Amino acid sequence: MSSARRNPLNAAAMHGALILYTLIALFPVFVILINSFKERRAIFREPLALPDGESFSLIGYQTVLKQGDFLLYFQNSMIVTVGSLFFILLFGAMAAYALSEYRFRGSLLMGLYLALGIMIPIRIGTVAILEMMVATGLVNTLWALILVYTAQGLPLAVFILSEFMRQVSDDLKNAGRIDGLSEYTIFFRLVLPLVRPAMATVAVFNMIPIWNDLWFPLILAPSEETKTLTLGSQVFIGQFVTDWNAVLSALSMAILPVLVLYVIFSRQLIRGITSGAVK
Amino acid sequence: MTALTLASVNKSFGKTHVLKDIDLEVQDGEFVVFVGPSGCGKSTLLRVIAGLEDASSGDIVIGGARVNETPPSKRGIAMVFQSYALYPHLNVRGNMALALRQEGRPKAEIAQRIDRAAGMLNLKAYLDRYPSELSGGQRQRVAIGRAIVREPKLFLFDEPLSNLDAALRMNTRLEIANLHRQLGASMVYVTHDQTEAMTLADKIVVLRDGRVEQIGSPMALYNDPANRFVAGFLGAPSMNFFPEDLVAGGTHRTLGVRPEDLFLSEDGALAARVRHVEQLGGDTNVIADVSGHQITARLFGQHAIDPGQEVRFGFEPRRVYRFDAEGARLH
Repeated sequence: MSSARRNPLNAAAMHGALILYTLIALFPVFVILINSFKERRAIFREPLALPDGESFSLIGYQTVLKQGDFLLYFQNSMIVTVGSLFFILLFGAMAAYALSEYRFRGSLLMGLYLALGIMIPIRIGTVAILEMMVATGLVNTLWALILVYTAQGLPLAVFILSEFMRQVSDDLKNAGRIDGLSEYTIFFRLVLPLVRPAMATVAVFNMIPIWNDLWFPLILAPSEETKTLTLGSQVFIGQFVTDWNAVLSALSMAILPVLVLYVIFSRQLIRGITSGAVK
Repeated sequence: MTALTLASVNKSFGKTHVLKDIDLEVQDGEFVVFVGPSGCGKSTLLRVIAGLEDASSGDIVIGGARVNETPPSKRGIAMVFQSYALYPHLNVRGNMALALRQEGRPKAEIAQRIDRAAGMLNLKAYLDRYPSELSGGQRQRVAIGRAIVREPKLFLFDEPLSNLDAALRMNTRLEIANLHRQLGASMVYVTHDQTEAMTLADKIVVLRDGRVEQIGSPMALYNDPANRFVAGFLGAPSMNFFPEDLVAGGTHRTLGVRPEDLFLSEDGALAARVRHVEQLGGDTNVIADVSGHQITARLFGQHAIDPGQEVRFGFEPRRVYRFDAEGARLH
């Protein structure tokens, strides 16, 4: 271990910096959380005060649960996020494997083409996407969102995963081939477990933007049955009057599922890192 | 019966011609070693035999059947890799059983074969461990065990000892030699280490730039090298080369003398200034300078020679090899 790690002064300074950063990062979340439990006047009078006996109120949560079908919105967001992540990881990993493992005509061009999407924001194509969805009858379905988010996430996924897959030992894949494993078995059983940390990274990178997106749900799936949580919360934000209790409560509740997903993926991330280190 | 026949095998990657007209026969039970400097195509040749690369032209015949279009798993081969290539998600037993399960062998037979291989390799205590819980030497033994249980027509080894430290390398080398004797199996072994080649092989194939330079038993190659490359590649320390006019004058041939064939002599032909002395106890290696050419002499026993000293080396004329300007051997 380096002497910088052992020095208590350095350790204190390092932890101080980390704690400070944590506080700054968590502060907005904290303010949202405490204010979601206060009544309207208390929110504006003392935004930073903790809810006490007098100002405590669950009115926001009650409004949220009464207004619209929030459980359905939750479900929609969850389906769209998990579905998109599934397809991004599946297709991204498969494309990355093909690019890194097989020599074929135009593989370099194909790789560049797939990576091009990193530089071009998908929202530029919104009108065309909408036209396509109308033509295929996918407007106001969750599939429309899953397809768009999958397309949006694939370039980065292919880019990151193919880099990691190049590092998987050729000998291991060849051993599988000599033992009679099919290319699919080699991919799913040998290669994928070894790039699990990279998969978790890709999942975390893609998860938050998809969960928080307002643009595509608003344009492609604004119907009551397909509203996502972010879109659903917008009913409380009006041009002249905003129901802050409800908005804050809805936001607080929206944090939870994505937090759970994050914990699941980040654990994979850490496990991957340590399993490599202690090998 | 021949275990393996290669008939004018060629391999190109795009415009690079990696293997050039390789012809080779491996008899049943023979231990054949491919040796050569890195980039000579020996590993590619092994991968072509295994079916991991397709030959661009030529025939590959294993156990009497042409296998050019046969996938690796159906060729009747087993391969041991330099990096062990154990399946990280399976324990030792699972690693050994996988290929047999893929072939659809009955459970009892799988268990019995694993038991036998584990007994041979002293792995019985580790059958339930995972590769990450094993040392390098144990991992390599598991990799060898995984090959043995398949009872292949042909074993392929791809530099299996390169990742082991020196002491372990020696032990594992002995173990592989023992296995070969016990199993009586045909083996093809790739290495860049001439000591491994000399100690293990029944037959050595020396490769350079994708071409076979010479094929023969270790002693045949050592005593009767076809050219300067083979003469210099086999033997450690390697053969000394110097122009003939250092001793005779008037010719442009190159002479080669093995370090152990040089001896100290008052009226020796080579006047040398000692540059460095390696005392190995049993032997003494003297590295000396003969009119600008570095000469290594391997003297038996211990000698009190110091750097800077002037000495004369002699050699017997019948121990001298002659090569022309292109490196071909002259008789």
